[in-house]
Amino acid sequence: MSAATTPLLAIRGLRAAYGKIEALKGIDLDIQAGEIVALIGANGAGKSTLMMTIFGRPRARAGEILFDGQNISSMPTHEVARLRIAQSPEGRRIFPRMTVRENLQMGADATPGSKAERAVSLERVLNLFPRLQERMEQRGGTLSGGEQQMLAIGRALMSRPRLLLLDEPSLGLAPLITRQIFSAIRTLNCEDRLTVLIVEQNANHALRLAHRGYVMVNGLITMSGDGMELLQRPEIRAAYLEGGRHA
Amino acid sequence: MRDRGIVFIMKNAVVSALLALVLFSLMIGIRTESGPSGQLTYWTRFGELAAAVGAVFVGSIIVETLKRWTGSIGPVELPETVRRAFAMLGRLLTPALLLFALLVPVIFYNQRYLLDLGILVLTYVMLGWGLNIVVGLAGLLDLGYVAFYAVGAYSYALLAQSGLPFPYFTEASPYIAINFLQPGPWAFWVLLPVSGLLAAFWGMLLGFPVLRLRGDYLAIVTLAFGEIIRLVILNWQELTGGPNGISGIPRPTVFGIPLTPGEDGFAALIGVPFSPTHRLVFLFYIILALALLTNWVTIRLRRLPIGRAWEAMREDEVACRALGINITTTKLSAFAIGAMFGGFAGAFFATRQGFISPESFTFQESALVLAIVVLGGMGSQLGVALAAIAMIGGFELFRGLDQFRMLVFGGVMVLLMIWRPRGLVSHRAPTVFLQKQTEIASSLVKEGRG
Ligand SMILES: Nc1ncnc2c1ncn2[C@@H]1O[C@H](COP(=O)(O)OP(=O)(O)O)[C@@H](O)[C@H]1O
Ligand SMILES: [Mg+2]
Repeated sequence: MSAATTPLLAIRGLRAAYGKIEALKGIDLDIQAGEIVALIGANGAGKSTLMMTIFGRPRARAGEILFDGQNISSMPTHEVARLRIAQSPEGRRIFPRMTVRENLQMGADATPGSKAERAVSLERVLNLFPRLQERMEQRGGTLSGGEQQMLAIGRALMSRPRLLLLDEPSLGLAPLITRQIFSAIRTLNCEDRLTVLIVEQNANHALRLAHRGYVMVNGLITMSGDGMELLQRPEIRAAYLEGGRHA
Repeated sequence: MRDRGIVFIMKNAVVSALLALVLFSLMIGIRTESGPSGQLTYWTRFGELAAAVGAVFVGSIIVETLKRWTGSIGPVELPETVRRAFAMLGRLLTPALLLFALLVPVIFYNQRYLLDLGILVLTYVMLGWGLNIVVGLAGLLDLGYVAFYAVGAYSYALLAQSGLPFPYFTEASPYIAINFLQPGPWAFWVLLPVSGLLAAFWGMLLGFPVLRLRGDYLAIVTLAFGEIIRLVILNWQELTGGPNGISGIPRPTVFGIPLTPGEDGFAALIGVPFSPTHRLVFLFYIILALALLTNWVTIRLRRLPIGRAWEAMREDEVACRALGINITTTKLSAFAIGAMFGGFAGAFFATRQGFISPESFTFQESALVLAIVVLGGMGSQLGVALAAIAMIGGFELFRGLDQFRMLVFGGVMVLLMIWRPRGLVSHRAPTVFLQKQTEIASSLVKEGRG
């Protein structure tokens, strides 16, 4: 991960706003291919907004989002997704009345891929989250919170993404489930070389998992660095660990 | 709620009575009519008003007392065995209904009235299935579906009169000339797909301005669209004949052979005596085939990515976008395909009646078809068919009681929505849904979906 290689995702001076409220005030962030990057920050810092701006909603007011060298900051959401950037959004947003199988199919529908490739992705997802296998014909809304999160990640993986964005995957989950999900992310990164940007309020887990981390406060990046190194900093421990200890 | 005391019941009754007083004071309390020279005359009817308010008061007490005895009225929870039995019946019901539909013209050959009713019911089954694509699957509340029915009917009627326009280049002048191809005896079969395509085109036209609208706003705009189409038809006298409508619309032929008593008629050709029932039977099979086509296409589409995208869009538009679904094309395709089947049904209506006028395409039609879809269970094919049979059949049953028809209709709708809020057949959500459904809803809220 030398700084010389061009990053898979490069964000430069990104600004975004909801009406007059500026939520991102000039963000710079790099993700190298094969990296796990954690973005931590308090509630309302603008983490979710950053993820959504990468997907074109809200639209960037200024700055650039370069994916593989291509500026995607004015692309419609569905075209961004078709570049194989996938996300598991905040609150999971699975389709509650559709079955687990249909939810997973939805993940693969919009991106080109052969039947065989789909089957491989499905096998991979079920291999990572065996609990989904048992519930394939169950409706998404009847899954537990942890299973819904697995489904949301699984659905994102069905498009065989080059970059996976995860918005608070541990939100409201029991510690054991959180650990399972984080271990699946690590596996994906190690075995499939998947690049991941993970947004978390829970700094402890996220920074341990990530190679590098960014800290966001009020729409600005205030700190960045190696994951474990960030975790040792007293100001981080004070601000972001107390709240995250339970999760 | 077990603790419904007498105080609660009385309070409820008083509130209901007050509400009734406010509502009825103008509706019942004052009667207005135009006098002999056009001026407004009115008189008060306080006696009737008091009676109505009193009825509400007493009715409220009775309903609340009943509720206290029987427990609150909720969706009926059926025991497992009964549910199994229903599931079995459900599986048998579809083939049984289909078989029955195929045999109707044989069984009721001598009862023209029943054949006519069957055709009417099937027309609404088809309209219900068509609208179901838009409302049930894609979740787009469309209150103007009748517009596409009208477009289909008028497309067929007008094109059958004028012939199909074919533009061609002339050598003599630089202009494009238009040739009209007279489809002759094939009119219906040639113009049926054309009418469907034109309706689909209008479906897309409606789709564009409402792309960003949802729920109530969408409903209002589609409602207006339906009315606009009707008003344009009503006022564009030169083209549509305005309120006089269009008559002499060609009847369908058995693929070129007319169903007429003459030498070259269908009856003479196969060597049986002519009977006007032949046409009725033929119409019955045409609409049955069209309805089944609608059903078949819907079932096929649901298994394809486009159908999945419709349903997913109904559930969560934002999540769909994030998965790479193009919401614009998904919405437009739902509007267009739903409208196309409305157009087919319209063309059929025109050929069946031989005469159309704007009166057949009022908002009431849209409301009726929507009621069929909602009653049928939003997305369930079998449910829509059953609802169409129940509604149209029910309307016919109460034909004698013309003035009470709407009252009974409204009452039945209210009762059904209390007992089966997801419609007759809640396909995606079987009977277990109620507790689960609330759980899902609250969990989504808890997680903050923003
Ligand atoms: N849809 C919206 N409309 C208006 N303001 C919003 C909207 N979504 C988020 N915000 C505001 O933008 C800021 C950043 O929010 P968000 O990105 O959700 O923070 P985080 O994900 O870090 O908790 C907050 O002040 C929030 O109130
Ligand atoms: Mg957030």
